[in-house]
This record gives sequence, C-alpha cells and structure tokens, in this order.
Amino acid sequence: MIALIIVSHCHDIAEGVCRLAGEMTQTPVPIAGVGGIVDENGQRQIGTDATAVLEAIESCWRPAGVLILVDLGSAILSAETALELLPDEQRERCLISNAPLVEGAVVAALEASLGHSLEDVNRAAEAVRNLDKVLR
Amino acid sequence: MSQDITLAQFRRWLSLFAEQVQEQVDLLTELDAAIGDADHGANMQRGMRKVQERLQDPTATGGDIGSLFRSIAMTLISTVGGAAGPLFGAFFLRAAKDVDGTDAVSLEQLAAMFRSGLEGVQQRGKAQIEEKTMIDALQPAVEALEAAVAEGLDAAAALDRALEAARRGMLHTAELQASKGRASYLGPRSIGHQDPGATSAFYLIQSAAAALGRQAQAEES
Ligand SMILES: Nc1ncnc2c1ncn2[C@@H]1O[C@H](COP(=O)(O)OP(=O)(O)OP(=O)(O)O)[C@@H](O)[C@H]1O
Ligand SMILES: [Mg+2]
Repeated sequence: MIALIIVSHCHDIAEGVCRLAGEMTQTPVPIAGVGGIVDENGQRQIGTDATAVLEAIESCWRPAGVLILVDLGSAILSAETALELLPDEQRERCLISNAPLVEGAVVAALEASLGHSLEDVNRAAEAVRNLDKVLR
Repeated sequence: MSQDITLAQFRRWLSLFAEQVQEQVDLLTELDAAIGDADHGANMQRGMRKVQERLQDPTATGGDIGSLFRSIAMTLISTVGGAAGPLFGAFFLRAAKDVDGTDAVSLEQLAAMFRSGLEGVQQRGKAQIEEKTMIDALQPAVEALEAAVAEGLDAAAALDRALEAARRGMLHTAELQASKGRASYLGPRSIGHQDPGATSAFYLIQSAAAALGRQAQAEES
C-alpha cells in the first residue's frame, strides 16, 4: 500500500484533512499531515517547512510509494525541496499531486486502501478536479 | 591580476545580508502586506536570526564555501516558512555545488556560482523574468556580473554593476503584474507595488557587493 502526506500552510487543515480522508477507508492507510511551522517561541504559525515534509516522508515510507497532496504556494515549493533532499531511490517513488487537497485526499485514501499503485491513486485523485460540486 | 574571494568574505556576505534584512523587516512586511500575506518580513527575519546563530559557530558552517552555503541553505529551508525559504535555499544549494572543498574563488567562479544559484531558483519556482518575483532582481544582477567579468572588470566594479542591475530590477517590479506566487491572486491589482522577494534579493546582491567587492579592494589598498 502507498502512503499519503498532506501538506498545508495550516496545522489544523493538515490534521483535519487526514481525519476526513481516514474516515473513508475500511483498511487503515498510512497518512500524515504536515502543516504550519513552529516559530522560535514554540508558537504555531502559518507556513510550510520542507524539512518537516522530509521527516514525514521518511517516517511514513512505503516501498510502494508516497503521494504528496499540497495546498498552495510554498507548500508545493517545500514538497519539491523535500524530494530534492531525498536519496534518488526514494525520490523515484514519490509523487506530488495536482489534486485539490480535500477531495483529492479523500479519493486518494480510498484508492490507496484498495492497494492501487502510486500512479493509479494519483490519477484518480487528480480526476476529481473535473467533478462539479453543484449541479446546475 | 584579480584577487581571490575568500571564505571569510563569504561569511561576511551572509552576515551582512542577515543584518540588512533585519534592518528592513518593516519595509518587507509592508511590501508583502500590499500584495501578499504580510509575512515576508517575519519569514525572512526568522530565517536570518538562525543564519546569524549559525555563523557564530564556525564548526556548524564548515571549513569551505560549499559547506557554508549548504548549511545556510538548510537553515533557510527549515526556518523561513514561506516561498522565500525554499527559493533562497535553492539558490545556496545550487551555488554550493560549484565550490565544494574550496575556500577561495576567482571572480569568474563567483559569477558561475551566481548563475547556478539563479538556475536553482528558476527550477524551483518556475518563474521567468517579468513575473514580479525575486527573479526580476536576481537575473539582471547575474547577467550584469557575467558581462562585467567578460569585460575584465575587477570584483568591486563588477559587483557594483550587479548591484545597480538588481536595484533597477527590483524597482521595475512595481510596474509589473504578478503571475507567480501569492501576488498573482491579485491580478492587475498587484501593479503599482514593489515585490517583497525582489527586495530581499536586492539585499542579497547589495551585501555581496559590500563584502565580496568593495571590501576586497579596501583590503588590497
Ligand atoms: N514561483 C516563484 N518564483 C520565484 N519567486 C517567487 C515565487 N513565488 C514567490 N516568490 C517570491 O517570494 C516572495 C514572497 O515570499 P514570502 O516569504 O512572503 O512567501 P509567501 O508567498 O508568503 O509564501 P506562501 O506560499 O507560503 O504563502 C515574493 O515576493 C516573490 O518574490
Ligand atoms: Mg508572504
């Protein structure tokens, strides 16, 4: 099974998306949230931290791969930086998804729980970009 | 005969950059408040405080320019928290590749380091010139430095050219509409404001000119 990493600027969003996505699956899927930063006073702030993303990838590591879902801006830059810092063999098994964070994570968790491959899970997650929420 | 630029000068550069950014935190905050999320000043200040701490401890930053740059890159990547962290991080990580195990470089090598650093930022952020980002200060500076080296100028004169190019690039961002980064969400409303990241990048070049250019000349005379 692959693992999922949720990268957001906000700690609560990352944790919340993990919970929401986790509720959808019969089999537990390895999923970790990385959100916000901790400043020099130990306070949580809005932001992203590539080294925290790197640590999450390492701690959730699955040989089948790791799919990373991101919110915006520096979440993408931090995820890419984390991949640059990984050894080549691991980097090849990681993918940053273009999927929207919330819907993408829900679909990715479901697909991952069924044992689908990294590429297939990502394809399904990215496909939700084209779903209309409201039918008019 | 051009003089080599030493590890001590590189350390001085980073220390001046950190000072400059901290002196201008309010301006950086104000610029980011106009077209972003008002955190660029705080982000850079957080990073630069850690950079200064690192510079206090010579064993933490290594005995060559490559290790120094790598250590600064990792510091920025893990503390800045906004886009500027991975981007300045990419600058130093990429520039470090040219100078592993080296404790002095020629002006030609310095220009090559700047080119590599710029490529690092371009690859990470995928921004082109005129997208209202730090690239608008960095790229003209690197090009001016390369041209000055080709003309045979000394370090002080070459880095002054780079500084002037960075300044023009930074000021020019006020005329541009952002198409990368948070400011791009504002569309045409981003026009009329100077880009915060280009301003930080200008300080990077300004501190380089002071520590790697003029200071070298002062030591020589
Ligand atoms: N893709 C990019 N390429 C080059 N520079 C960029 C890019 N995105 C943002 N920047 C630069 O980063 C500066 C903003 O840095 P700052 O530290 O405020 O990050 P931020 O935009 O708040 O990050 P976040 O994405 O976390 O909101 C911009 O002014 C711009 O110069
Ligand atoms: Mg900002």
